[in-house]
Amino acid sequence: MIDWKKYILVFFITLALFMSAFYLSNFLGNKKIEDVKSIQDKVAIDILSSETKFALLEELSCKDVDNTFLSQELGELAGKIEYGEQNISGSKNEILSLKRYYSLLEIKDYLLMKKMRERCGLKSIFVFYFYSDKDRCEDCEKQGYVLTALREKYPDFRIYSFDYNLDLSAIQALVSIYKVKNELPAMVFNGKVYNGFQSVEDIEKNLPDLEKLKKTEDNANQENS
Amino acid sequence: MIISSIIFVYFITFLAIFVQVFFLVTFLERKREIIRREEKIELGVYPSVTIVVPCWNEENTIQRTVLSLLDLDYPKEKLQLFLIDDGSTDNTLKVLKEFETYSNIKVFHKENGGKHTAVNLGLENNTNDFFGCLDADSFVHPEALKRIITYFDNPEVMAVAPSIIIHKPKNFVQYAQKAEYEMAVYIKKMLGFLDAIHVTPGPFSIFRKTVFDKIGNYRKAHNTEDMEIAYRMQSHRYKIEQCNDAYVYTVAPDTIKKLFKQRVRWIYGFINNTLDYKRLILRPKYGNFALFTIPSGVISISAALYLFTDNVGNIFNKGIEKFTQVSVTGLDFGFNLSHLNWFYMNTETSAILIFILFGLLIISMILGSQMANGRVRFSLNIFYFIAIYSVVAPFWLLKAVYNTVFSKTPSWR
Repeated sequence: MIDWKKYILVFFITLALFMSAFYLSNFLGNKKIEDVKSIQDKVAIDILSSETKFALLEELSCKDVDNTFLSQELGELAGKIEYGEQNISGSKNEILSLKRYYSLLEIKDYLLMKKMRERCGLKSIFVFYFYSDKDRCEDCEKQGYVLTALREKYPDFRIYSFDYNLDLSAIQALVSIYKVKNELPAMVFNGKVYNGFQSVEDIEKNLPDLEKLKKTEDNANQENS
Repeated sequence: MIISSIIFVYFITFLAIFVQVFFLVTFLERKREIIRREEKIELGVYPSVTIVVPCWNEENTIQRTVLSLLDLDYPKEKLQLFLIDDGSTDNTLKVLKEFETYSNIKVFHKENGGKHTAVNLGLENNTNDFFGCLDADSFVHPEALKRIITYFDNPEVMAVAPSIIIHKPKNFVQYAQKAEYEMAVYIKKMLGFLDAIHVTPGPFSIFRKTVFDKIGNYRKAHNTEDMEIAYRMQSHRYKIEQCNDAYVYTVAPDTIKKLFKQRVRWIYGFINNTLDYKRLILRPKYGNFALFTIPSGVISISAALYLFTDNVGNIFNKGIEKFTQVSVTGLDFGFNLSHLNWFYMNTETSAILIFILFGLLIISMILGSQMANGRVRFSLNIFYFIAIYSVVAPFWLLKAVYNTVFSKTPSWR
């Protein structure tokens, strides 16, 4: 004798588990977006705060301005946005808008750091890195690994990465200022554009200041120890 | 991922969860009926039973098997043992002959013809009302037979299967099987409640003699005669029960290679017996066996193969990613601690569903362990099971499918 009621009951329990899984996935996805937003808000406040500090620079000594405050948060933000783009389904538009906001924060950070370098003689080196995730760009993936490795090697090597195809006028302004062609990956350092994949050695060769950066850091580490 | 693939994934996952929930609901409905007897019992009537031990080159294990049968707490005059040498080329026959002095033991020798022929020889010589078989690599708990016989108080019960336990596991391959066999105790019991058991295992399943009188003796059945007889019984709507406290101990394969070979034979048997009895599938008149057991076996095979291909795909992609990274930046043995953040946990629906499925499997194992050992005991065996079976099982499934397609019958050993 077949207990059809049991089959129906089990079907609905299974359905309920499925619905719960969908709900939980959606809930956790939203939590992740909130997490990214909160980091972004923090970064925005930090930038505003440092801009304010910077405006007061004439009354402050350079020692009072922290020059490392953003790199960590921006790095964390970049990682989470990249992960979110690939893994949080159903929130593409929100992630895209976070990505635009993140790009703006990067540009603001760059402008601020540039001013500080001029006034306070910071040793930081800046690189604009343009990639694309619209079409499959294998070299962009490789370039990403190279830049991550370089940033780990030289913490004062500041990389500002931009999605070339992101619909954001500030990025388009950078593209037109430096005349970056749509041959990706592309990098801009010392005012010069480098198209195509650049290995660790290529970058170190084209940026001899990197070596000095390393020596400065080594000296600082020795003094600290 | 293309849409048809996504639909397939959700469909298979839904069915796999459905199967586990079905077992769990059955357990909650019938748990009061699950008895586990620790103490000795006495029967009002001790019916006569014949046990056949088919042997082929079992000189190392046969003695212990026969001694365990002699140790059964059952009147000797009611227990007939047939030790059948199926053309062994080692000293099995010599060992068997040593037992001829026992009044209730008969030794037979025949040319090698396969296990089913040896058991059938026993059936042809049997005159008792109950008949069973014990594989020569297994041995029984002294109370097992009495506990099984109590199930025959119900005149509708035509066969009773025991609980098979792994004897003294020594390595992680055997520990993994211990977890699996304990889970099987639970699953078989639930299938028993549903009148949907699909195998009456070689080690110590007991039948009414009338089963064979009515539906015939064992068949070769793709070297899984114990599965075929259960399919045939189900096709006649005979009731098969599972006696969860009748313990039979068996020596598990101790290497991956031996395990692989055994499982290819089992899965090949499942696929081919199912094909032989395909007329039953999804026909309500054959009960839960046709609507639940066979489809859930097919679902399990599909789900395992899907999980495997999915894992292989993921591992391959990660490998390519790592290779690209190493090729441009060199080897880096550092570990990115920031990725331990919950943010980077996979929270996609499919991942949560697989988590639920694994959770239900672990519940099955815990309930099985409770039914087999009398208490819930946390053990690492579950992890050995998941680690070994998630990697190796898809290969034996694939091999069994391959053998079916190319008509290659797997050998016994």
